Amino acid sequence: MLTKRIIPCLDVKEGRVVKGTQFLGLRDAGDPVECARFYDKEGADELVFLDITASHEKRGILIDVVQRTAEKVFMPLTVGGGVSTVDDIRQLLSAGADKVSINTAAVKDPLFVKKAAERFGAQCVVVAIDAKRSLTRKKKWDVYTHGGRQNTGLDALQWAKRVEQLGAGEILLTSMDKDGTKSGYDLELTRAISESVSIPVIASGGVGNLQDLADGFLKGKADAVLAASIFHFKEYTVKQAKKYLKAKGVKVR
Amino acid sequence: MIVIVDYGMGNLRSVSKAFEACGATVKVSSSPKDIEKAEKLVVPGVGAFTHAMRELRHRKLVDPIKEKIASGTPYLGICLGLQLLFTQSEEGERAKGLNVIPGRVVKFRGALKIPHMGWNQVTLSQKNCPLFKGIKKDSNFYFVHSYFGVPEDASWTLAKTDYGKGFCSAVWKDNVFATQFHPEKSQEIGLQMIQNFIQYKPGKHA
Repeated sequence: MLTKRIIPCLDVKEGRVVKGTQFLGLRDAGDPVECARFYDKEGADELVFLDITASHEKRGILIDVVQRTAEKVFMPLTVGGGVSTVDDIRQLLSAGADKVSINTAAVKDPLFVKKAAERFGAQCVVVAIDAKRSLTRKKKWDVYTHGGRQNTGLDALQWAKRVEQLGAGEILLTSMDKDGTKSGYDLELTRAISESVSIPVIASGGVGNLQDLADGFLKGKADAVLAASIFHFKEYTVKQAKKYLKAKGVKVR
Repeated sequence: MIVIVDYGMGNLRSVSKAFEACGATVKVSSSPKDIEKAEKLVVPGVGAFTHAMRELRHRKLVDPIKEKIASGTPYLGICLGLQLLFTQSEEGERAKGLNVIPGRVVKFRGALKIPHMGWNQVTLSQKNCPLFKGIKKDSNFYFVHSYFGVPEDASWTLAKTDYGKGFCSAVWKDNVFATQFHPEKSQEIGLQMIQNFIQYKPGKHA
């Protein structure tokens, strides 16, 4: 049976891990390559690098980080943040990324998702959806872009179905209401999206403890969970998380 | 020399890096001449079957690859490199493959998330396969695919994996090895498998 995936996410700015990580025994906890190796040893199932470098000119630094990571770590790596052209994707994939995550660019030009999937295969196209509960409509969520600053007016559920049709291979779903709150994933949102598409959905935003991870799978019906701070600050290890999930009846590796 | 066949389907860097991490010297090439000279062939790749065959034909690689396989050169197919070995794919009417393994490539059906993406258990159906030497029984490997191959002759099936129902996740006969999963993305056990292929000597099944 297919196991559920646990995916640590590292925010990378100008080639350095930000938000800090507190791994014991790392020579340089700000080095994405060292963090990736750490999570590799810990048994993480995949990794995500989210590039939050503001300036496009410094893109080369990210490419170098991806290249150095791919030389040391033999597990699936997704890179997101500012991916907006076919050439961006080509560069990241040839540097060693396995998938790219597209967010704002997909909303601006939905055909970009189609182009990317046709050119590189659906399996490497992840569409990131930042969703926030609608103020006017019950049990509806709006899609936001530009790091959660702009409401696009798109309905998250409709948008998820659309990107599936366009050829996305996976959805990375972040709840803007929950992100950073440590109060658990938006389970209603996760479940609504996961059950309405037939591509895998990664739940993200709000995880504070191990039960939240379990709920993401059991109640949210997610295929994978993304987590940052609970792992970076050593509140829990990936191993602990897997042991806990196993005890809750979630099939993990 | 181990030659990794580059036919424009997906990025081969992760495969070549994994071989290099295991200490092998590899050549990534799309030249028929390099393939003719290869001691071992690796055919990776992701994407569409029909497109892949078109790329192989365009580069005049179909016959060289088939000849190498027939002459006993060790072959390792990964993902699409497994599917291409079959007679044809249901992806399209004219989707004819290399026809090394009689059988069809079919799509997952039913209430399943597609692609089949993530880590899943690989259970061996054959004993003493050199590719799995030293790898723990029922290990998990990383998969990402929507189609799988169905050999007409069950003796090709090296391993099975459960997704909705059991499907053939690896094949093996003599010098031909292929996996539907990605050893180059499967951490330590994946590297072990690549190491096993590097060390494999034809005719000496250990």
